[in-house]
Amino acid sequence: MGASVAFWVLASIAVLAALSVVLVRDVFRAALSLILCFLMVAGLYITLSADFLAAVQILIYVGAISVLIILAIMLTREVQQGSPSNRFRLPAFFVAVLFFAGIAFALLNTPWQISSTPPLEPTTPAIAGLLFGEGGFILPVEIAPVLLLAAIIGAIVLVREK
Amino acid sequence: MVGLEHYLILSAVLFSIGLYGALAKRNAIIILMSIELMLNAVNIAMVAFSRYIVPLMLTGQVFAIFVMVVAAAEVAVGLAIIIAIYRHHDTIDATKIDLLKW
Repeated sequence: MGASVAFWVLASIAVLAALSVVLVRDVFRAALSLILCFLMVAGLYITLSADFLAAVQILIYVGAISVLIILAIMLTREVQQGSPSNRFRLPAFFVAVLFFAGIAFALLNTPWQISSTPPLEPTTPAIAGLLFGEGGFILPVEIAPVLLLAAIIGAIVLVREK
Repeated sequence: MVGLEHYLILSAVLFSIGLYGALAKRNAIIILMSIELMLNAVNIAMVAFSRYIVPLMLTGQVFAIFVMVVAAAEVAVGLAIIIAIYRHHDTIDATKIDLLKW
């Protein structure tokens, strides 16, 4: 009961915040709505009993990515112009609605094999075992820092003053 | 009772909103924010699959972690590119950045 109330509250706020990201004219307010949406997604992870992911979501998205986005908004003085739409506004709307209809049709007509096993709690030791243990995801874990290093160096090179 | 379908529908709604924003907006930062919305929607779907279909394997959550890693790298490079374009062209209007178009 409490879980469904939490889901409906979090989901409705997340959808409203996402809508205001694409509909609000002020770029800065759109960024703040995006942060609210990230927070609601972290709450949804908690209702899915993914506690580690909720913490990571708040640390990376709410903490780091939102700060980067706000910094970029302040470095590019486009705030006065708002966030106008291009001339593909109606086609983009129809594409989005069609995409949603297709996905909804597909997933409502798929017989999902729901498992009745209660979820693991807490998930952190299990995720650590999967990431670093035998037969787990150790190779992607090793590749991820290389990707992050390349991204950091690339970002520094791109924004460096000549 | 909230089930798998609720989370998947929510994920599809968020993804469609992000898709509309990425296609219809002119400000490059708003486009990047819409892409972040779409990545978050995919993460919700994967965590929901992991919770309801294979609750003991957690592979969906591990995939979500890798999506977050790639999203962090993408947003850093993307915003750096936007700032570099702003320095050269004094605009981040995606319809005016057409140097590679002929």
